Amino acid sequence: MRGAFGAKLALARGVGALSRLSGRGGGTTLPGRLLLRMAPEAIPRLGAGLSAGSVIVSATNGKTTTAGMIAAAMRAVGRRPVHNRAGSNMSWGVATALLEQRGDEGLFEVDEAWLPRIAADLDPRLIVLGNLFRDQLDRYGELERLADEWATLVAARIGATEFAICADDPLVADLGRDGDLARRPGVTYFGIDDPGQALPELQHAFDAKHCRRCGAPYSYERAFVGHLGHYSCPSCGADRPPPDVAATAIQLDGMRGSELAVRTPAGEVELRLPLPGLYNVYNALAALTAALRLEVPLEPAARALESMKAVFGRVETIDVEGKTVFILLIKNPAGANEVLRTLLLESGQGGASDGLDLWIALNDRIADGRDVSWVWDADFELLAPHVRRVVCAGTRAPEMAVRLKYAGMPPSVIEVEESISRSLDRALADAGGRLFALPTYTALLELRELLAKRGLASRYWT
Amino acid sequence: MELRVVALYPEQMNIYADRGNILFLQRRCEWRGIQFSYDASGPGEPLDAAAHDLIYLGGGQDRDQRIVAGDMVSTKRQALAEAVSDGAVVLAVCGGYQLLGQSYELGDERIEGLGLADLETVREPGPRLIGNVEIEIDLGDGPTRLAGFENHGGRTYLGEGARPLGRVIRGFGNNGKDGLEGVRRENMIGTYLHGPLLPKNAWLADRLIELALARRLGSPPDLAPLDDSLESAAHQSAHRAALRG
Repeated sequence: MRGAFGAKLALARGVGALSRLSGRGGGTTLPGRLLLRMAPEAIPRLGAGLSAGSVIVSATNGKTTTAGMIAAAMRAVGRRPVHNRAGSNMSWGVATALLEQRGDEGLFEVDEAWLPRIAADLDPRLIVLGNLFRDQLDRYGELERLADEWATLVAARIGATEFAICADDPLVADLGRDGDLARRPGVTYFGIDDPGQALPELQHAFDAKHCRRCGAPYSYERAFVGHLGHYSCPSCGADRPPPDVAATAIQLDGMRGSELAVRTPAGEVELRLPLPGLYNVYNALAALTAALRLEVPLEPAARALESMKAVFGRVETIDVEGKTVFILLIKNPAGANEVLRTLLLESGQGGASDGLDLWIALNDRIADGRDVSWVWDADFELLAPHVRRVVCAGTRAPEMAVRLKYAGMPPSVIEVEESISRSLDRALADAGGRLFALPTYTALLELRELLAKRGLASRYWT
Repeated sequence: MELRVVALYPEQMNIYADRGNILFLQRRCEWRGIQFSYDASGPGEPLDAAAHDLIYLGGGQDRDQRIVAGDMVSTKRQALAEAVSDGAVVLAVCGGYQLLGQSYELGDERIEGLGLADLETVREPGPRLIGNVEIEIDLGDGPTRLAGFENHGGRTYLGEGARPLGRVIRGFGNNGKDGLEGVRRENMIGTYLHGPLLPKNAWLADRLIELALARRLGSPPDLAPLDDSLESAAHQSAHRAALRG
């Protein structure tokens, strides 16, 4: 049987190589799709070959960045995990990475809905659970149901798998405790302990209003990102678990990133994170927690985070025609709100005193979510007074434009051009020194392809 | 002139960015010099039928919808029935639409609804009905089309005495079978076109404003025209999405 499986592996690898040669795409899914069609058992079989085990990262927001940070920490101590680093995080993306990379341990970001299945296939040593926000309701269904599926998964794997869990998200934090609120074995919590970073008020898209246990409304002392914060249930007492790894002091510095003081079981550490926003602070805390569980010492792990480059489409910076283009993926209300808050910090700086130049590309393909309703849950109002010009692109560009108009941006600053390429040219021609590009997921892929054609960015991420 | 809008359970029933509808109404009133007042009425709070011109009810997750259904039947049914009979505009979307009926099934449970419309929502084998949708309706000013997005597990069937909002051009509608979409009784509208349907159909927003103000003024007001070039493009975009399926 090994021979037959080996032949299937060789065929799938060959197809991947051909696909790249023909320049038809990134090849991060096709070989895996083919392999799984020929050999549905490929993931457990190849996964079993990872002698040092594997790590899975799942969350609505921050999977790619968190996994990238964990990879950086592992590389800092000479470890080279097999890793689906281009954000292709359903079964075929995992299969492609397993097929095309060699190593003795695995690091996989996994789509929230695919997590139970891929966890069963890989039998991971550690699972990192970041957050659950409303996202692509046409694909995932209701958030509560996803949380229930995760709860079943965690309960079943306790003892076999360790968990790093965000204490500040009640939807996921509660999964690390049993019926008596006692922490389950192998669970480590991370969270933010700096009250100075609290939002002035709770946001519109607020996804955890009721206690998972008893249904009573949570009482929030403060929130940091969406519904992530310090909460308690006045009825059954299910409050935020005390985090083991906590950011105790945070200084945000616009697009440049932040400075953090972090308390961990392995001691305290200060670091300068080169990625912006509180959402990346959460990603860094998740990564540090995971690194410690994976026996990467604190010091090299922290230094590795300091030298992080942006991962695929998450605050990448590219020079185009003498202008700096900042690429920030937006895909759901909570993630978009963090991007908008970060842009707000930039609005008065770096020659942008007369306002920000934006390019926003709203696509409605399957990987974006076909339902674009979510743009009305994101707080574009924040940016309204700070925009000089905005070009709306993508398959649903006009709906984005209407959203911005009703957020308070004058129609005279809004332009609609659905074509990714023409709209980018228009935005670049009008922009000052900096252009902030906010694409949804498939618009990001199109943008990268376009920039690659122009020789400005590498085409392939595998 | 003033338009008084109340959203029922906005904290629970907002899953598909329902606040977009409220914001859309607000801006279109403000741009015309019509005062706009907004209230929220949540769990346990009574509703004053005479105090509002337009009542909005959005969609929620199962858990929230269950909480809301019981509360609404006990604290707001009477006032809502009076408001509807008196010609108040009610827009109930998605989960809110299901609540208008006699009952709906949630898992294995049968939950009592408001009984404001002769309809029932049941579960049937088969997938959720999800996708872009377009329907044709007539609110007394000629046939026109609404484009939007639907995402519902429940199948809704209208009783003998109920009139649909419109007929399905593309998509599933009430149940994917009978070609009907939504319900309409007086100025009460229920529809599966969820979340921000008004921003995709500016005409409907203005029609609701007209109907709501007409009830207070005794005759329909003349709404000043607005520059709707972006809004028209957005409607076209949603229409094309429905054609793509």
